[in-house]
Amino acid sequence: MPHADSLDLAALVEPDRVHRSVYADPAIFDREMARIHERVWIYCGHLSQVPKPGDYYAVQVGRQPMLLVRGKDGQAHVLYNRCPHRGNMMCGDRSGNTGDHFRCSYHSWTFHHDGTLRNIPMMDSGYAGTRLDRDSADCSMKRAARVAVYRGFVFASLAAEGPSLEEFLGPARIAFDDMCDRAPQGEVEIVPICYRVVQKSNWKIFLENQLDALHPSVTHQSTGRAALDVETEIAKATGEAPLSYHMLSAFASVTIDKWDAFQTLNYPYGHCILTGYMGLRPKDPDTLAYEAVMEKAYGATRAAEILAVNIHHVLLYPGLSVQSALQQLRAVRPLGVDRTLTEIWHFRLKGAPEPIYRRSLAYYNLVNSPATVVNADDLENFWKCHQGLSSDGGDWVSFQRHFGRDVERDGVVETTMGTSEAPMRNQMKAWAQYMARA
Amino acid sequence: MARRKASRKATRPARPKLATRTRAATTRGRAPARPAAAGDTLRAVEQFLYRQAELLDSKRWQEYIDLFAPGGIYWMPAEPSQTTWEGVPAIFAEDRNLMVVRMKRVQHPDAWSQRPLWGTNHLVSNVTIERESAREVVARSRFHMMELRRDDVRHFAGSYVHHLVRTGETFRITLQRVDPVNAQATYDYVLQVWV
Repeated sequence: MPHADSLDLAALVEPDRVHRSVYADPAIFDREMARIHERVWIYCGHLSQVPKPGDYYAVQVGRQPMLLVRGKDGQAHVLYNRCPHRGNMMCGDRSGNTGDHFRCSYHSWTFHHDGTLRNIPMMDSGYAGTRLDRDSADCSMKRAARVAVYRGFVFASLAAEGPSLEEFLGPARIAFDDMCDRAPQGEVEIVPICYRVVQKSNWKIFLENQLDALHPSVTHQSTGRAALDVETEIAKATGEAPLSYHMLSAFASVTIDKWDAFQTLNYPYGHCILTGYMGLRPKDPDTLAYEAVMEKAYGATRAAEILAVNIHHVLLYPGLSVQSALQQLRAVRPLGVDRTLTEIWHFRLKGAPEPIYRRSLAYYNLVNSPATVVNADDLENFWKCHQGLSSDGGDWVSFQRHFGRDVERDGVVETTMGTSEAPMRNQMKAWAQYMARA
Repeated sequence: MARRKASRKATRPARPKLATRTRAATTRGRAPARPAAAGDTLRAVEQFLYRQAELLDSKRWQEYIDLFAPGGIYWMPAEPSQTTWEGVPAIFAEDRNLMVVRMKRVQHPDAWSQRPLWGTNHLVSNVTIERESAREVVARSRFHMMELRRDDVRHFAGSYVHHLVRTGETFRITLQRVDPVNAQATYDYVLQVWV
């Protein structure tokens, strides 16, 4: 395997294929953490995760252990989880409340919620005549270079320079607009449970799978068939099966040729959208009741606009996969070249009737729980992919499906075929651009 | 209710029970601390739990599902403080219909993640009866499950709470709560079938 330093990184990514070392070389992994994840906007959490002053969540940004914390002023701060004195981690738990201030467990240096120094024990007796300056940045917890919030979703960038969050998100911010607009109150609230699943594969393999419209009918055939059988039985017995069966049986009932009817939209910075296919707007009483609440909240015209948005998946490269219509997201935390953690969260539409929450909850449990009958087979593929790409059995990964048939308009690539590998090509294009910047 | 209790009592002496004899030996000369029925129930519940574990480990999925009453629920909370399976995230919250989906999927020839050999070994112990009536029993126990998948060994351990309804000589499950101690830990690969 050639090493990153001796490699022409540009030569590893061609418009329609990618060299396997991009996935398997640890030196390339280190460089992409430095040049991508530790520079771009990375999702840290939702404001409703840290409702009270002092509430914090530990979050990994690239290789950096960070803390998302709510300050007394209501602001969300993102700090390195490190005491400036001797380097001790400030918080050892995944989440909690730090009280009025952070206090280091080693020598009791204390810090305000925004990271600035509060107190150093023995400041006068111990440090008089030394060069320690309590007003210097060296005596405060280091802050993420930039923090920004979009509709309650908190992002941090560890680079001082770069596009603003809104510019970075671009049209893909519809991931959050679609999710929040579906709430009669215009905002969502986190469900305080996180499923955490480790994939034994490179982080890009997961992201490339998210909008791969050909894989469901192959990978998830067994679950689709099983769910279709039971759905049919229930329908025979009671007239209609719950929508959750349809969410699973769609893997089998939407056959390969039908996937081409859907569309992908591919934006700058590697973001992509796959349009919806599950038909989540049935005419059942629950849906109709919810739509009535929406009309009351927004007026008929605006409500119709919101409910007409039909998105299955929005991928915000390089770290987030959002299913806005089902109010869930998966944050990608690379742990190493061959290990990736996904943190999977569900949100509640504020002001929506309970059955609408229950419906998306069923999907969250079936698809994303640690006992999922769906992602199990994806994880198997991810591991197998990484094994193959670590071998000398071949050098290239092909992204040639429907290559040359995409339509580009104002920097946005639209596919005419849903099974196009345009989303993978778009992600790798952004990857190459990021990696080329010193 | 009272009549049913009386009739059960009337039939009991005809069936020799090991547990009854054991307690008689240890409480010689004194009245038993609990009615004799408690020991019978404990032993019957233990045998039921062992059978359930054996069905899992020998992959007899349909027989396993049949241990559940119509409307019975297999529930693994996402978080130990949860008090209901409804309306909250759950690692498992399955009625018999969803259990059949899981079984059929596992048996499908294209369930890719099921192709490598895997096996489990369950141990069930620390069985106590929390409540019982003529119709129902609530039993608490502890489990340890070792799983081998390819060359990887995983361990899951925790507690079971079985809500059982008496059906003749045995039971059916109306609710089984499973709390692994590592419920909120990361999952290296996922759980494929019930624990």
